[in-house]
Amino acid sequence: MRALRRNTLRAALTTLGIIIGVAAVIAMMEIGNGSSLQIQHTIATLGANNLMVFPGNAFAGGISQGNGSIMTLTPVDADAILRECPSVAAAAPVVRARTQVVYGNRNWVPNTISGTTEAFLEVRDWADMAQGDSFTDADVRNSGKVCMIGQTIVRQLFPDESPIGKEIRLQNVAFKVIGVLRPKGANMMGQDQDDIVLAPWTTIKYRVTGSSATTQNQSAASASTTTTVLPSQVYPSTSVALYPVPSTVQTTDTPQPIRFANVDQIVVAAKSAGQIPTAIDEITALMRERHHLRPGTPDDFTIRDMTEMTKTVSSTTLLMTKLLLIVATISLVVGGVGIMNIMLVSVTERTREIGLRMAVGAQPSDILRQFLTEAVVLCLIGGAVGIGLGRTCSWLVRVTLKWPTAVSMGAIVSAVVVSATVGVVFGYYPAWKASRLDPIDALRYE
Amino acid sequence: MELLELREVYKTYHLGEMDLPVLKGITLSIAKGELVALMGASGSGKSTLMNILGCLDHPTSGEYWLDGQEISGASANERAGLRNRLIGFVFQSFNLLARTTALDNVCMPLAYGAQYVHDREMKQRAAELLRKVGLDDRMDHQPSQLSGGEQQRVAIARSLINGPRLLLADEPTGNLDSHTSEEILQMLRRLNQLEGLTIILVTHDPQVAHHAGRIIRIRDGLIEGEAEAKNEEKQP
Repeated sequence: MRALRRNTLRAALTTLGIIIGVAAVIAMMEIGNGSSLQIQHTIATLGANNLMVFPGNAFAGGISQGNGSIMTLTPVDADAILRECPSVAAAAPVVRARTQVVYGNRNWVPNTISGTTEAFLEVRDWADMAQGDSFTDADVRNSGKVCMIGQTIVRQLFPDESPIGKEIRLQNVAFKVIGVLRPKGANMMGQDQDDIVLAPWTTIKYRVTGSSATTQNQSAASASTTTTVLPSQVYPSTSVALYPVPSTVQTTDTPQPIRFANVDQIVVAAKSAGQIPTAIDEITALMRERHHLRPGTPDDFTIRDMTEMTKTVSSTTLLMTKLLLIVATISLVVGGVGIMNIMLVSVTERTREIGLRMAVGAQPSDILRQFLTEAVVLCLIGGAVGIGLGRTCSWLVRVTLKWPTAVSMGAIVSAVVVSATVGVVFGYYPAWKASRLDPIDALRYE
Repeated sequence: MELLELREVYKTYHLGEMDLPVLKGITLSIAKGELVALMGASGSGKSTLMNILGCLDHPTSGEYWLDGQEISGASANERAGLRNRLIGFVFQSFNLLARTTALDNVCMPLAYGAQYVHDREMKQRAAELLRKVGLDDRMDHQPSQLSGGEQQRVAIARSLINGPRLLLADEPTGNLDSHTSEEILQMLRRLNQLEGLTIILVTHDPQVAHHAGRIIRIRDGLIEGEAEAKNEEKQP
C-alpha cells in the first residue's frame, strides 16, 4: 500500500479509466432504473392487471367479419366472471358510444363515452372521486340519466364552475353530472384518460342513439345465431305484474322490436398482475361454457391483457439499458488495459526492488501477491471514486433534466465486484511477470 | 567450527548449444566468526561464487554445506527461506526502497519470514539495530535525505534484522569516498569481532581486502590462493 502512496499522481491517473467506467455504469443503471420504475408506476395506474374481453369475430359463410361483429357478451357474463373466477377482483360490462356532448354554448366530442356499471371504477382503480359520487346499480336498473365526467371534460365544458348538479346533453338526452373523476393523465398510447364520460350502460345503450364504437352489424339475421338477453331478464322487475303475462302463442303473434342487451366489452381486474394468466384461463373456460361452445370450436370472444403492452415498453427500455451497459463495460475494459499497462511499467521500474525483496527471502508467490494486491487496491479505490462520481452525475441529471433516477444497490455492488475483478484480471499478468524475475539479474538491472 | 563448506563446486551456464563453465571445482571452508575477503578480477567467477554462497543460485555439481545442512539441491523457494533466515546482504548500490523511511527499510525482510512479528516488536528491533549502526537520529529519514555512508549503514542494519549467520557484502564501499569507506569497514570489523558475525567481503580492491582476517583469491573459476592478512601468501 505504501507503494501506491509513493506515487499518488500516477496511481490517480491510472485509475481514471476505472473511475470513468464505474461512474458510467452507476449513472446509466440509476437512470435506467428510474425510468423503468416510472414506467411500471404509470402502467400500474393504467391498470396493469386489467383484462379486456371482446366479443369474437362473426363468420358469415366462412368469412370473418372482424371483432365485435357478433354480439356475444352480456352483462350477465360480467357477473358470472366476478362470481365464478377466483382470481378476478372486479368485472364490469362496457358499452361504447361516440357523440357530441353539449353544455350551454360549449360542446366537445369526448374520446371515450362508456356505459358501464359502478364496478368499472373498481376495475380501473378510479374509485376515489375528485368531486361528487358515482352512479349506482339502481341507476343502471332504471337507466338513470346520470353521469360522471373526467377532468378534461370539466376543463372544456365547465371552466369556471363546478359541474356537479349541472346537466350535459348527449344526443339530446340530458344527463345530470353527479361526479367528477380524479385526474389520470395520458395512457401508454398517448390517449387522454381524463377525456371520458361514464354513465349507466342501460342509459347509453337504449337512450343515447349514437352508434356504438364497435358493432355495426346489428341485424336480426346475425343475431339469430346467438342468444339474446332482454333487460327484463337481467334485471327482473321487483314490482307486481300489472298485466297478465302473455303466452308463447301471443308473443309470437305480436313481435316486439328486439332490444339486444349485448355489451361491447367486459373489463376485468385480476387480483394481482401475477394472477393474470390464471384469470385468463378461468374466464376462457367460463365463457366457453356459458356460450355453449363445444371443444374444438374456436372462442367467440377474445381476451386481451396489458402485459403485452407492458412487455413491449419495458423491452425497449431494457434494450436501451443493455446497450448502455455494453458501452460502460467497454470503458471498464479500456480502464483495465490502462491498469495493466501501468502495472507493467511499474514492474519494470521496480525490478531492482523486486530483486532485493527476493534476495532477502521473498518467494515468487510473495511477489505475485504483492503486485496483484496493489492492482486490486488501485481498482477498488477507482471503483469507490467512480461510484461517488456516478451518483453525483445521476443526481445532477435528476435535478437539471428532471429525468427520474432511482438508486440501484445492485449496480453499486456489481460495480465493486467488477472493479475488483478488473484489478485481478488485468493485474495478474504484470504480477506474474514480476514473480518470474531472476533475483540475480534483477539486482543487476539498471 | 565450520559455518560453511564448498566441496568441488562446479557452475556451468548453458547458452543454447554452448556450455560456459564459470566455476571449475571450488573447494573452501569458512569457520564461524571469520572475516573473509573474496578477491578476483571481473570475469574470474567471483560474482558467481558469491551468488552460490548467498543461495541466490545453485551449483551445477558439488556440495554446499551451510550451517550443517547440505543445500546444493534446494529448490528456489527453499533457498528463499534460507536467505531470509541465515544470510544478510549488503550491496554496492545500497538497494534501499525509495520514499520509505529508514525504519521501514530495516523492517522489510521481516515481511517474508515464516513467523508473524507484531508491528511494535518489528519497529523496536529495527530501532535497536539503527542505534547500533549509529543512526539514532535518522530513523524516519528517507534514503534521499541520507548520505551514502548513512544509506549503507541502513543497509547493514537491514541485513541484520533476521539475525543471520552469514553476512555477504558485495563491494560495500564501491560507491563511497575513502573516509566513509573506512567508517563502514570499521563497523563491519566491529560486528565481526564483538558479535562474532561471520562476514564475507567480496571486493577487487586490495585496500578493502586487507581489513579482513583472511583473503581468498579466485581466478578463472578456481581458487588461486589464500592468504592471512599481513602474512605471506601461501600457495595452494
